Amino acid sequence: MQNEKDIELNTELYKKLYLIRSSELAIQKYYHEDDMKTPMHMSMGAEAISVGVCHAIGDAGQVFATYRSHAAFLAKTQDVDYFFAEMYAKETSILKGKGGSMHLCHPDHNFMGTSAIVASNISVAVGAAFANKHKYGKYSSNIVVVFFGDGAVDEGTFWESFNLACLMKLPIIFVCEDNGLAVHTLIPTRRGYKSITDIVSKFNCEAFDIDSTDVLSIYKYTKEAIDIINEKQCPIFMNIRYYRYLEHVGINEDFDAGYRSKEEFKNYIEIRKDPIELQRLRLVYKLNIEASDLEKEIDDKVSQSINKAKNAPFSNLSETYTHVFN
Amino acid sequence: MRKITYCDAIREATIQEMERDPNIFLYGIDVPDHKGIFGSTLGLQEKFGANRVFDTPLSEDTMTGFGLGAALNGMTPIHVHMRVDFMLLAFNQLVNMISSYNYSLCGKLRIPFVVRAIVGRGWGQGFQHSKTMHSVFAHVPGLKVVLPTTAYDAKGLMISAIRDGNPVIIFEHRWLYWQEEEVPEEPYTIPIGDGNIIRKGDDITIVATSWMNVEAAFAAKILEKNGISVEIVDPRTISPFGNDNNSVGNNEKLIIDSVKKTGHCIVADNDWLNCGFSAEVASRVSEKCFNVLEKPVKRLGFANTPCPTARHLETEFYPNARNIIKAVESVLNLEPIDLSKESFYTYENKFKGPF
Repeated sequence: MQNEKDIELNTELYKKLYLIRSSELAIQKYYHEDDMKTPMHMSMGAEAISVGVCHAIGDAGQVFATYRSHAAFLAKTQDVDYFFAEMYAKETSILKGKGGSMHLCHPDHNFMGTSAIVASNISVAVGAAFANKHKYGKYSSNIVVVFFGDGAVDEGTFWESFNLACLMKLPIIFVCEDNGLAVHTLIPTRRGYKSITDIVSKFNCEAFDIDSTDVLSIYKYTKEAIDIINEKQCPIFMNIRYYRYLEHVGINEDFDAGYRSKEEFKNYIEIRKDPIELQRLRLVYKLNIEASDLEKEIDDKVSQSINKAKNAPFSNLSETYTHVFN
Repeated sequence: MRKITYCDAIREATIQEMERDPNIFLYGIDVPDHKGIFGSTLGLQEKFGANRVFDTPLSEDTMTGFGLGAALNGMTPIHVHMRVDFMLLAFNQLVNMISSYNYSLCGKLRIPFVVRAIVGRGWGQGFQHSKTMHSVFAHVPGLKVVLPTTAYDAKGLMISAIRDGNPVIIFEHRWLYWQEEEVPEEPYTIPIGDGNIIRKGDDITIVATSWMNVEAAFAAKILEKNGISVEIVDPRTISPFGNDNNSVGNNEKLIIDSVKKTGHCIVADNDWLNCGFSAEVASRVSEKCFNVLEKPVKRLGFANTPCPTARHLETEFYPNARNIIKAVESVLNLEPIDLSKESFYTYENKFKGPF
């Protein structure tokens, strides 16, 4: 029985990971056609964080994220049709192309919004958690997660928001997706302290420092975090390290730019493993699941979504003028 | 009908709306303290509890984003800033986040969000406690900007703002807090976008905002004694303004219709002039009343400097009823009116000591 549950969980996690990777590989394949006219901040390398956390909080959990949110969006919604419709700015997207890659949002799936101004969504997530506490009183099924990068921690509003959440004892998980880079600026150039987790742990919260590309372990940490929120009524801070495979914005590697080396990347992958590959190995060798069937199914789905998006009409010009106000 | 002050009108509107809808909450620095935002929030925490009326850390930007998040989850925040100058710390949230959230979501979620910002003036408020800058916020699509002038306006616009379902910034002039007039006890609304003719007249139109309506009214009384009939139009809402795609109210129309009648227009804005609301009004009037205007539109506003702190210098900085009378004389080619026996508003008659 336990084994069946394990299989189901690990398969679900892998499907989500693979959907994200497959979608971004498709972006890399088609971006040169210049029909997706939107700045791509690719998630490649961070998939285990988005999938592990989003799977743990379930459908009722709410997510706020950043301009780099392909992974979080697909992990939370799996709505790949809408994802590509928005990239191609088509009528079939619920945002009608007004958002693009940097402003994905899908409230029907509790994916509550993203911001391209670093750290600006953190306080919004705290307010959402306040409303949940106000409305539901108890926490368990109404966790808010806010994703942000380590660069966001340099912003004053991170500290203000974190202070507020700790003060108000809100049901929220702060997930710092720590790739050590703010655009191209390394941590030693930006910080007058050693460890963010150490500092944050002095607040009335619980802090996790995680250095893993293993989706299952991130999933389990998040489940543990939810238990702590319910028991202690305090927010959680999770610093989760990952390696940003690609350039800050765009679909290519940029190891020739000089701020980091390909050697460093290779070493990282050798030690930590690629998150998709790691979970694939678990499925194939530990759980005896044939991954290639799942992969084929997902690749087909992504292809279909791209075709649908390409063939759909652009959103109407009148969309320019709608929804400035309700 | 009973009379209450502008301040009490705001407080009464807040109470009545909070009684109507348990999802409304009121917050901001010093909201529940013993001074209660100049009295406008006094006793509300006692009435509604600390979950719905609360003080905050000194984190204006974050507390604004916080309001947006609460609004996305079905609540209606009322966020209070004791000075516009402090609200500027929240500029990122107001302009980058709140103004565009509904747009980028294609209206999938409502964002009811009321921001109250008080405009300071006098007794040494100076360059960091006296800003208005309403034009800057009106410049941004997605934010509604209202400037209630009377106690009646304050209650009606406050209730409308709370029920609007969109972000609305209310600019409340500190000196207007003392204004007293008849205000209905029951809740009522004034449509956002609707202006108000404060005084009817035939010879010249004065478009005034916020406190400048008081100065314009003083000027109009004196001018009337000298045979000049002034019409004062208060747009009350400066965004939306006019017949663009988002507009509903009559604020622009009242101005245009008035100028078509009088053929003359002065704009007295409670703000700086350059790139401001006064320029917007002058432009619209020039476009739409070109054939009837007998003189170019004249504008009055703050001196093009930061606000000086010293009493005698700030008197120089702010436009007043005298300046309006001089402007009317100039536009209508009048002989100078003898003002030596006239008395004008001065806050020393009203108030001494710090805010």
